[in-house]
Amino acid sequence: MTDVSNAPSPADNAEDTVWVQEVAFIDSVPRWIAMTFVFLVFIGTWQFVTSFGLVSPIILPTPAETLKDMIFVGQNLLTGGYMLTALWITILEVIYGFALAIAIGFTLGVLVGETAFGEKAVMPYLVAIDTMPKVAFAPLFVAWLGFGIESKVALAAFIATFPIVVGTAAGLHAADENARMLFKTMGASRMQTLIKMKLPTGLPQIFTGLKIGAVGVMAGAITGEFLGGGKGFGELIRVAASQLNTPRVFSLILYLSLVGLALYLLVQFAQRKIVFWHKERVGSYDG
Amino acid sequence: MNTELVENEVGAPLGAPVYELSRVSKTYARNLVVALEGVNLTLRKGSFTSVIGSSGCGKSTLLKIMAGLIPPSQGRVVLQGKPVTGPRRDIGMMFQQATLFPWKTAVENIVLPIEIRDGKAAAKAAMEKAYELLDIVGLKGFENVYPNELSGGMAQRASICRMLITEPAVLLLDEPFSALDELSRDMMNMELQRICTEQDATAFLVTHSIQEAVILSDEIVVMKPRPGRVAEVVKVDLPRPRTLEMMTTPEFGEIVEYIRGQLDKGEDM
Ligand SMILES: Nc1ncnc2c1ncn2[C@@H]1O[C@H](COP(=O)(O)OP(=O)(O)OP(=O)(O)O)[C@@H](O)[C@H]1O
Ligand SMILES: [Mg+2]
Repeated sequence: MTDVSNAPSPADNAEDTVWVQEVAFIDSVPRWIAMTFVFLVFIGTWQFVTSFGLVSPIILPTPAETLKDMIFVGQNLLTGGYMLTALWITILEVIYGFALAIAIGFTLGVLVGETAFGEKAVMPYLVAIDTMPKVAFAPLFVAWLGFGIESKVALAAFIATFPIVVGTAAGLHAADENARMLFKTMGASRMQTLIKMKLPTGLPQIFTGLKIGAVGVMAGAITGEFLGGGKGFGELIRVAASQLNTPRVFSLILYLSLVGLALYLLVQFAQRKIVFWHKERVGSYDG
Repeated sequence: MNTELVENEVGAPLGAPVYELSRVSKTYARNLVVALEGVNLTLRKGSFTSVIGSSGCGKSTLLKIMAGLIPPSQGRVVLQGKPVTGPRRDIGMMFQQATLFPWKTAVENIVLPIEIRDGKAAAKAAMEKAYELLDIVGLKGFENVYPNELSGGMAQRASICRMLITEPAVLLLDEPFSALDELSRDMMNMELQRICTEQDATAFLVTHSIQEAVILSDEIVVMKPRPGRVAEVVKVDLPRPRTLEMMTTPEFGEIVEYIRGQLDKGEDM
């Protein structure tokens, strides 16, 4: 690095001035060690709080109890027990809800982001609805669609639609003036400009919307089950909670969060494959 | 054409008129800014014309009107005998930013105009030509690279290729190299001159650099602001082909000084 010129310089046999940039210890810890550390601190605190009787076991079970119950639930799931049936129902609600949210959200997003009509006439209503507490619509969906899976799908889709609309609309506005002019000079039609330029340009924002939607769809499905009954995982949680079976509630939530995580990672995977040119900054720690 | 206008115009003694602008004015409806007023201009085939003027004097507006991107408020724009009423196939344009699309490789970016106009099959057929163009601008070996792996100068080279692939009769350039460092900028300008000569293209360049304008142009249009108008058209009689060494000659210096003086006169307005 120091030897740039070929001509011998008087400093050629002087010592290198290579120096090491200082990195604080806390920033230099490898990720897996850091994660394990936080996990152990968490479990340790939990163990401490429960074993000294600081809170009642009904409110907070010990880590061991929770682990025991997790194994029980895991066995039930793996052997195709009733919990698997319930989980499958919730997974279906999430999949249908997400698919519906993507279809509606993307369509509305294009309408709002691409047409002046959509922006002027549709967007204000969307904003108005978006500011409402959407779970409050749950009883309505039950009244309209019954206690079956449909009312949960509807609530899940309802919650997840808005971030997708906003992401799509924002994405369509992301193309800069130069790109627009360039397409004009090439004589591109509106459809061509949309498909070949605006949509690809907006994909990062669209995927951000999808990720927020993926989180919302899970919340929607479970809330729907809490408020509208049915046979899903949310119902298992509600029953366990009403029986003060806290370890069960904990382990059910943990398994449920795995489903949510899987959906999120699926969207992220799709994003990495499709939007290969876009380097994500948030959520990555490698600079 | 309007014969009484001809004496106000100063045309290069080259080919036949390609672009003819008469009495072109533009008032932006949004803020009632008079961006251009009564611009008369004739570009002749194979000529290289630069526009220079302070910021906001309507250079980009003029270019956009010529390109058919925005309509003039008044006046007449004719290209190759046909009035300009929208984007045209015989116009190639380049902007300050390279604007390559990151989801397409260099060569895919270059055939994009063909893809838009004549479809995917035609774009595929044009690949061969795109490879040749990339070779000409010194990007051999970078054909299948994505734009985020190209430097600023390389990206601008690629966008020159994209402009040239449709073999436009006129090139409209809005400060195409102003984002580059001076060295690559000089290189690109020489490149541009060579391409224009080779393809017998008519070029119209917006620039902020007097040197750049003088070294490239047959004529320099000096514009004044508020309202944007043509103050003077300066001829550059340096021999062709131009070389970077010419920038050290006294003739070059004289023209640069003259134009600087013309521009300074407008500054206190
Ligand atoms: N879309 C627009 N709407 C309203 N006014 C505009 C618009 N574009 C440009 N103007 C105004 O018209 C005038 C000329 O602008 P223009 O962009 O043509 O200048 P320019 O000579 O290209 O400047 P620069 O050298 O900074 O690029 C400016 O006063 C600007 O404010
Ligand atoms: Mg400009």
